[in-house]
Amino acid sequence: MTTSLQQYIDLYNQYGEAIRSHAPAAMNALRDDALAALEGVGLPKKGQEDYEATDLEAVFAPDYGVNINRVPFAPDAAASFRCDVPNMSTCLYFFFNDIFAESRTAARNTQPGLVIESFADAQKNHPEVLQQYLGTLADTKKPEVALNTLLAQDGMLIYVPKGMVVEKPIQLVNIFKAAAPVMALRRILVVLEEDAQAKMLVCDHTQDTEQQYLSSQVIEIVANRGAMFDYYDLEESSENTHRVSSIFVSQEEGSNVLVDGITLLNGFTRNDYYVEINGEHAETHLLGMTVASAHQHVDNHTYISHNVARCESNEMFKYVLGDHAVGAFAGKVLVKENCPRTVAYQGNRNIVASPEAKMYSKPHLEIYTDDVKCSHGSATGQLNEEALFYMRSRGISETEARQLLMQAFMSDVIDAVRLPALKDRLHHLVEKRFRGQLAMCAECGAANCNSKIENV
Amino acid sequence: MNPIQGNKKDEDKKIISEAAGEEYKYGFVTDVDTAVIPKGLNEDVVRQISALKGEPEWLLEFRLKAFRYWLTLPQPKWGHVNIPDIDFQDISYYAAPRKRTEQKEIDPEVKKTFDKLGIPLEEQMRLSGMAVDAIMDSVSVHTTYREKLAELGVIFCSISEAVKDYPDLVKKYMGSVVPYTDNFYAALKSAVFSDGSFVYIPKGVRCPMELSSYFRINAAQTGQFERTLIVADDESYVSYLEGCTAPQRDENQLHAAIVEIIVEERAEVKYSTVQNWYPGDKDGRGGIYNLVTKRGICRGDHSKLSWTQVETGSAITWKYPSCILAGDYSVGEFYSVALTRNRQEADTGTKMIHLGKNSRSTIVSKGISAGNSQNSYRGMVKIAPKATNCRNYTQCDSLLLTATSGAHTFPVIEVGNDSSVVEHEATTSKINEEQIFYCNQRGISTEDAVGLIVNGYAKEVMAKLPMEFAVEAQKLLSISLEGSVG
Repeated sequence: MTTSLQQYIDLYNQYGEAIRSHAPAAMNALRDDALAALEGVGLPKKGQEDYEATDLEAVFAPDYGVNINRVPFAPDAAASFRCDVPNMSTCLYFFFNDIFAESRTAARNTQPGLVIESFADAQKNHPEVLQQYLGTLADTKKPEVALNTLLAQDGMLIYVPKGMVVEKPIQLVNIFKAAAPVMALRRILVVLEEDAQAKMLVCDHTQDTEQQYLSSQVIEIVANRGAMFDYYDLEESSENTHRVSSIFVSQEEGSNVLVDGITLLNGFTRNDYYVEINGEHAETHLLGMTVASAHQHVDNHTYISHNVARCESNEMFKYVLGDHAVGAFAGKVLVKENCPRTVAYQGNRNIVASPEAKMYSKPHLEIYTDDVKCSHGSATGQLNEEALFYMRSRGISETEARQLLMQAFMSDVIDAVRLPALKDRLHHLVEKRFRGQLAMCAECGAANCNSKIENV
Repeated sequence: MNPIQGNKKDEDKKIISEAAGEEYKYGFVTDVDTAVIPKGLNEDVVRQISALKGEPEWLLEFRLKAFRYWLTLPQPKWGHVNIPDIDFQDISYYAAPRKRTEQKEIDPEVKKTFDKLGIPLEEQMRLSGMAVDAIMDSVSVHTTYREKLAELGVIFCSISEAVKDYPDLVKKYMGSVVPYTDNFYAALKSAVFSDGSFVYIPKGVRCPMELSSYFRINAAQTGQFERTLIVADDESYVSYLEGCTAPQRDENQLHAAIVEIIVEERAEVKYSTVQNWYPGDKDGRGGIYNLVTKRGICRGDHSKLSWTQVETGSAITWKYPSCILAGDYSVGEFYSVALTRNRQEADTGTKMIHLGKNSRSTIVSKGISAGNSQNSYRGMVKIAPKATNCRNYTQCDSLLLTATSGAHTFPVIEVGNDSSVVEHEATTSKINEEQIFYCNQRGISTEDAVGLIVNGYAKEVMAKLPMEFAVEAQKLLSISLEGSVG
């Protein structure tokens, strides 16, 4: 039986040379292992452990094209640009499908010593960083990760040297546009040296919403001793956009990492988060927020491994599901032997707002040390009838009351955001989303009022 | 640090970690004349078991179908337990204490065994008016109070007798909740099941006494495969208890059972288990593998099924007493205390499948891990799209007594509509040092304090047990935790 993987393996066997010639050596070095890892395996199917609601085999089945010849496309950055965060100046970068580009303002905003560049440039300028870190966290035992490693041709490197505090948030905008179904393969490597600090905001957008897209991304985040990193991922794509994302985090002593995945509009999304805590007194926050309607499918899978003592992890994923939307959450917290004083919390709260919507939740704890405080909670239900009644009795319409309650439901995930300007923006976006409007600022793009776009 | 304090702490730790010392007190073997069929499993063995029990053709057919299906299945590996590859050819599938043909009396040796276990087979010795079906190895040796129950129309007998006396009922219900195609062990158990209890409560009858079955494995190198079927007709009520023990041996023995419960309209069944199979020694040698499939269906509206279990024995426990809540307004409950120590492994929990509208379920699971044991809760709550206004509350807490033990939770929640509410909460922590200190201060030794705290922790579940069992279960918990205080 041919699996959906096979077509991509065949593609690699046929065009492997071309892919290699376009890609930096550090990426090519990983391909043989990735190909070997794909030998005889299939993509996870629905019903498999941790894939209760999600069928990756079906997602990868259509014949997506891969941009092997590195054909650039002329994006209409102004029209696509919907992610201006008021009152926030950022270092702005783009991925057009899988081609990395920086905005003209980016260079102005970066501090000396901070490295943000494509892997292609990094291969020339900082080969040692790629050599040391690329592919060290990503686990090619996961077929979707191995496939990305096999076919990806470029990526983005962020390297924050020792002790540097990056003042302006780094913003990356992923824009999908193509004339035919396309798979965009991207890779991001973030390395924070000791005591370095940075914040990053990523947005996904789709132009030509009629077209089928598959976005495959693998992100590796290395937080060395005392480093602090925030990663906010905001997806606002289209119903034809499929996204398979894997984020790998490794944390050393005293580091603090926050990963926040926000899905407002999408077609199909599978987010995997893998966190290895390797140093004491490290702190991890995994947050997630999903507002889904129509036939949106959002699946978040988390894995936090406490490998040493005295660390803290905190997870909270919230979903509001309407229409025929499907939400899934599978989380696992592993506390290995001899990890006393571990504190771990895992939360999953869901509102199922339509009779046809479905929620799957699977919170796992696996604990091998006794001196720990670990708990999880999962609740799936509806809006509080009494609260609704209270508001209606005070003259607030039912729709309005529902929206207020749903916003309030999401507010604690939004409030955990550590960028004040982004927090305000998210409150605004979520409110708009609940009102059924696209969260984008269409007029803004058309009027070209966004100063940051200038010329891409 | 103050050295005295330090010593005290170490000692506390020692006591807590030794909280497993007590010998297994039901580990004796009874010397009765036992007929054991040779080891091995094939179609002939299945036919032989059926013939030994004098079964009708349809039941043999059922067994053979199950056996043929079983041959197509691999042994499942998904549990969080280390079950070695069981050699199913190295087990004897049928062992019966031989009856003295001339007399109807119970073999005095067998009777002595049950006396020693505290199970009165003679009615005048009754403590509390509890009817008992005593099962040793593969056969039911005696069932008490049958006549008295029969006056009310309650049928309480071994399933082998039921097959002969009430074939229609057995035919109608057997396999309707746990079909032989359900899983690997269900297929095996359907093929080779020996004895078990059969209970039928007719319409509108409230069973006046607790019904109970007591399972005892005695013969070596055998497996016990029982099958229990409980049917509660409309508006009836029954409380059923199950207890079990086995001798202390170095080899592992297999206990695999199927329990099926059918609850009709407005009926209620309460099923309680105190499981105390031989858990193996300190190094994990020997012990029973307890691999059972228990499931009940609340078929009628307003019906109720309640599972309560206290699990202290077995080297490996792998069981998930479940409820299918098919009737509207039906209620499912699951209360569990699982204590593991030494090298015991338990993977237990429940499934609540909500199919009926307005059905409700409650799950309370308390795990206690000591020694080098592993204790897991695995559960599923599923709300079907048409099952509107359902409610589930799940709480599973784990208490870790030693640094080398493990506690795990694997819940799965699926909600298919917008009017149901499902809640799940779980916590894992070690025994509270402040509570131990508080007890110590008042002259209660650390060992007693641990017992007190654990009993308090498990109280919510213990309170659900029938009185006679609650006393036994409480004793069992504190015995299991008894260490050797110097």
